[in-house]
Amino acid sequence: MEITKAAQAGALEARDVLVTVEPNNNRGVQIELKTKSVIKKQFGKQIDRVIREKVAELGVENINIKVEDKGALDYTIIARVYAAIERAV
Amino acid sequence: MKNKRRTMLFVSGNRPKLVQESSVFGADAVVFDLTNGVEDSEKDCARILVKEAIDFLDFSNVEVIVKINSLDSEFGVKDVEIISKVKPSAIMVSKASEDQIKKIDSMLAKLERQEGFEEKAIKLIPTIETAYALEDIQNIISASERINAVFFDAEGLASDIDMERTKGGEEILYARSRVAMVCRVAGINAIDTYFVDANDYEGLEKDSQKAKSLGFTGKAAVDGRQIDTIQTIFVNRQEMRLVI
Repeated sequence: MEITKAAQAGALEARDVLVTVEPNNNRGVQIELKTKSVIKKQFGKQIDRVIREKVAELGVENINIKVEDKGALDYTIIARVYAAIERAV
Repeated sequence: MKNKRRTMLFVSGNRPKLVQESSVFGADAVVFDLTNGVEDSEKDCARILVKEAIDFLDFSNVEVIVKINSLDSEFGVKDVEIISKVKPSAIMVSKASEDQIKKIDSMLAKLERQEGFEEKAIKLIPTIETAYALEDIQNIISASERINAVFFDAEGLASDIDMERTKGGEEILYARSRVAMVCRVAGINAIDTYFVDANDYEGLEKDSQKAKSLGFTGKAAVDGRQIDTIQTIFVNRQEMRLVI
């Protein structure tokens, strides 16, 4: 799957996450996570892994993903990443 | 889980906080709503979020129902395709019609075979929210063997026929009576409409009692704080046997 434009999904509400995706020029999967420092320290690697797994499952190889997290659980992150990518195709 | 359905808590399917907290209020069933409260531009997001939530979270203490968009909209077909994969207990069909129920039944039969689910594992709950549906309710519930309940949405009906809603509910007496009676004859659950003022417990109690006295077996809630009041009114209804 190849994304062709920027797109967004989710919201900056409690337990949600705002995911913004855009294509990049063959620079692979680039993830920028914005969340509370304590969350990033404790869960940053897991959030990164969850996102990369979903991106790989969808067959996307080149993408910039910006994630603004408000305490979302894994399923919410997965859902919003999926929705953003679907919108960007 | 046995389908008690004295209380059905409706939550917006696009609000993760509401979705993941929905099971803590003690409702018999939660309804993840992909229709009301979800803007058209966000219906794809809501559908995906509900699908992932059902797959990930533990809802073993509550029945999970998903209210999908009408097949007449651009969202309904996709709702059925995606949501059926996580096998909710039932799919609630908004703006139900005989034709729509038949189509969804057919879609589910195919999807259940593809996914290896038990035949007719996913039940259907038509929403009666138009004047036509109210009058055609007999044909609607006869349209599929999956139907084991009906949800009466008075707010939808009010919008359909430009009716003024009141807390007393006199304007929906006929509609309530008809839904309850038809469901009773068919041996299926009849779920009464929401009481929209979440801060008026006295009004909720009166409204719930009215619904129960007309033959409803349960009632919708729009707020977790309403569950206890509704449950108390309908608890004795559980002792009556219904074919599920």
